[in-house]
Amino acid sequence: MQNKKYSIRKTDFIQGNIACAEGAIAAGCKFFAGYPITPASEIAHHMSRRMFEEEGTFIQTEDEIAAIANIIGASWGGVKSMTATSGPGISLMLENIGLAVVTETPCVIVNVQRGGPSTGSPTIAFQGDMLQPKFGSHGEYQIIALVPSSPQEMFDFTVTAFNKAERYRVPVFILADALVGHMRERVDFPFEDEIVLDERKKLETYQGTHQKIFLDEDVAPMPIFGKGLKANITGSTHKEDGFRNVSDPKIMDNAIKKLSNKILKHKEDIIAVEEKYLEDAEVAIFSYGLVYRAVLETVNTARSEGLKVGSFRPITIWPFPQEQVEELSKKVKTIIVCENNLGQIYPFVKAAANGNAKIIFLPPKILGALYKQEEILNKIKEVIS
Amino acid sequence: MKNTVEHPLKKYFRGEINYTTCSGCGNGIISQSILRAIDEIAIIFDQIAFVSGIGCSGWIPSPSFNTDVLHVTHGRSIAFATGLKLAAPQMKVIVCAGDGDTGAIGGNHFIHAARRNIDLTVVCVNNGIFGMTGGQVAPTTPYNSVTTTTPYGSIERPFDLSNLAIAAGATFVARWTTYHARSLKNSIKKAIEHKGFSFIEVISQCPVQYGKVIGMRNDPVSMLMHYKECAVNINKAKNMSADELKDKIIVGELVEKKNIPELTDEIKRLRREVSRK
Repeated sequence: MQNKKYSIRKTDFIQGNIACAEGAIAAGCKFFAGYPITPASEIAHHMSRRMFEEEGTFIQTEDEIAAIANIIGASWGGVKSMTATSGPGISLMLENIGLAVVTETPCVIVNVQRGGPSTGSPTIAFQGDMLQPKFGSHGEYQIIALVPSSPQEMFDFTVTAFNKAERYRVPVFILADALVGHMRERVDFPFEDEIVLDERKKLETYQGTHQKIFLDEDVAPMPIFGKGLKANITGSTHKEDGFRNVSDPKIMDNAIKKLSNKILKHKEDIIAVEEKYLEDAEVAIFSYGLVYRAVLETVNTARSEGLKVGSFRPITIWPFPQEQVEELSKKVKTIIVCENNLGQIYPFVKAAANGNAKIIFLPPKILGALYKQEEILNKIKEVIS
Repeated sequence: MKNTVEHPLKKYFRGEINYTTCSGCGNGIISQSILRAIDEIAIIFDQIAFVSGIGCSGWIPSPSFNTDVLHVTHGRSIAFATGLKLAAPQMKVIVCAGDGDTGAIGGNHFIHAARRNIDLTVVCVNNGIFGMTGGQVAPTTPYNSVTTTTPYGSIERPFDLSNLAIAAGATFVARWTTYHARSLKNSIKKAIEHKGFSFIEVISQCPVQYGKVIGMRNDPVSMLMHYKECAVNINKAKNMSADELKDKIIVGELVEKKNIPELTDEIKRLRREVSRK
């Protein structure tokens, strides 16, 4: 291929997974570790070629547990790192994702979701792992997860994911699905100088045994390995200096709250939502990812029929846009939640609405076959009449 | 006037640390062997990173050693170390692992790191038991041992971790016991300087948990003397029959292969070739 640098050709017609890989490269990713799995393998295919062109490293690990361990290790070595997999791989990674959270390690994890549980249906689009990033690893923590709906967003959101990971020293998820990963669409690549990149705040000089390298709600500087900073990093509960203390509840309380607040305090910067036609809407449709495409089409159709319907779409699903949904619930009478599962995010919408609006869950008739337009349109008409 | 002499290895410790291991544990001997090896090589300590997992062996570098230390999940230390080494190939990366880390939960990472010949030094503390969690059987526990999870005696055959490393392609493999502290130190020196995957198995006493299994509870001295009696150097063992070697511990430098391509070098080569295209 002639266009070695993505910045040479401005647009391309490519697969979502490839767009994701190119987004990572645009964001400065220099390390990719992964294990083959459908429907995410194309990301590894692409990275196995591109990483070496970009002075980076690609490694196909022995399993997904090693993949996440590798990218965390690489991140402490000072490089931006990523792994990509599907549900079964994430299930294997969960313990070490918790380690990334508690050691405040920036990294990006892509889950191109497929049908589950277990081996499930590898090529069927399913939004079955929506809760997994937030609740899958044990303990109590906050994490960031973004939900793209197109190849363009696979590129754009992957850049954002790296930026948020760097800014908040936290693993960031891309929650795509099999169809978003596999569909081919036009992708407009920004030129290199159009991309704004965040870089992690680094500890510059060694500050002594009790240097503060963790648990700052405004993000502590990261002591990159090999710079004489004598980093003391552990997955055990620790204090600001990294020293473990696993017997004092006050230390645990401080660690859990600071880690969570580091994300929650910056919700305004982290959370992105997309609202369409909500100014006069009586009904809002809440949807994300692939489903959002069908919903937006339906809302356009409904509007052309004069129905007062709007769309609310969380781009950031974790942390959950609680306040935004609460605001929405005060504006509309009904919120219809459309998601390609049996209602994973629905309870969060209901809780955020807190009785302000009626919340209806509308799954697709056939999971994975997605919605026919009438399914959503009929529900809108039923609600409005 | 009191004449105080500073311990020659004190400079390598973070300070203000309460050492966490039980009295009589082999960790102290192994810590010293590692640090004495580093001291003799005269490598800058800041250029070395330690990675350890969960288990008593994890406490050898963490948090005591005053350099970069990454203390990770059980069994995964080699996988974390792989990522770190690939991202920072100029660093020396030393893994302190246990026999549970390497032989049980992390066996896969262990054999694949050996296969890749990535330049890591793995010091594996093999005490033949799960010590920290209360004396459960390990994949290294001898057949018919009574442990907290094998009350009728263990019915599985143990792993020989050094042989496993050799079979998987490790390019430097040595085994010693904590009785052989100086030889251990010398092999660690070689391992650190060796370009490629090096594996040092240290048969180490756990007087609290494994001591119970062999009737030497809280008696580290007897355990060390037992190692002395059982140890047979590889040079001597070569001429001994399997029967003669039964219940013996073969010690020494078992494998040293040079000029086998090392992973970070291979990556550098690949980058050069790709950039020429």
